[in-house]
Amino acid sequence: MSNEAEDVLRIRTPIGVEYAWSAGTRSSAYLNGLLEGKLLGKRCPSCSRVYFPPRNGNCPMCGVLLGDDDVEVGPNGTVTTFCVVNVPFLGQKITPPYVAATILLDGADIGMQHLLQEVDAADVRMGMRVEPVWAPRDNWGPTMENITHFRPSGEPDVDYSDYAGQL
Amino acid sequence: MTDEMADGPGYAIADDGSFTAPLNLAYPYSRTVGPIYGAFLTGLANHKVGATVSADGTVFVPPAEFHASTGERLDNWVDVANEGEVVSWSWEADPDDSQPLNRPFAWVLVRLDGADTAMLHALDVTDTSSVRTGMRVRVRWAADAEPGIHAIACFEPVEIAGGGPS
Repeated sequence: MSNEAEDVLRIRTPIGVEYAWSAGTRSSAYLNGLLEGKLLGKRCPSCSRVYFPPRNGNCPMCGVLLGDDDVEVGPNGTVTTFCVVNVPFLGQKITPPYVAATILLDGADIGMQHLLQEVDAADVRMGMRVEPVWAPRDNWGPTMENITHFRPSGEPDVDYSDYAGQL
Repeated sequence: MTDEMADGPGYAIADDGSFTAPLNLAYPYSRTVGPIYGAFLTGLANHKVGATVSADGTVFVPPAEFHASTGERLDNWVDVANEGEVVSWSWEADPDDSQPLNRPFAWVLVRLDGADTAMLHALDVTDTSSVRTGMRVRVRWAADAEPGIHAIACFEPVEIAGGGPS
């Protein structure tokens, strides 16, 4: 060695694991629906609850396997709960304040999280009716990101008693 | 990963309609090494193998920071040879990208001449008949390694004049 190496004070120790992840048949039906702009859930054959997004297993209430048939839900829905995000954090893609809402899509029995925009955070409320805003179709993939966000639909608010069973 | 995933939309659809996609978790850790491992790794970068020595004369490679039995803080140093003997080994038939060699090789515990402990590294041999306990091996220095144990690219058999690997 012509030159002495510098003192070693720190080393890189990266680790990682590489998976091939399979969505399974039921979640895949949902992903395939997204490619066509459809929101597809699955129904429990016992209690008739509709799950969206559908998982591959059983109804958590009844313990029986969800049905095979696709159940189209939405596209509009009702805000059941929401959170105003005021705090910046690492990796944040949207400038605060913004609203993360739990949206109960029409025909579904479980809420899903999505972004609520085109409305002042102070005006968001439980029972507010919302509609999806889709990304340009050329950009669609098997992902919920096909819907960039929800926005108020202008429909009258829904009474609490109408969604109290789906909170 | 299939070509379809690498070059296409980032997912594939299996015969049963299931969507599959790569899911890769990576943690880009780095760590400070402290004075003992730091001195050892600096030595490797200069193609020297350093060892710490305890009051009872035990020579530790890789260097120990403390004596495991007595708790003695170790900061006396000696250099040991870059040749030694295989104490134990196991075969790596299917290396992944993070490992020292991209072809099958042996993981070996090597006790370098002058050391009392063994260190783990890769031995560049092509098959299991080319490695055995007690065989002589030497360090192959990496041409261009970032700081760390990979300053040693691997170990290689010490050839005996007129014969094969010892």
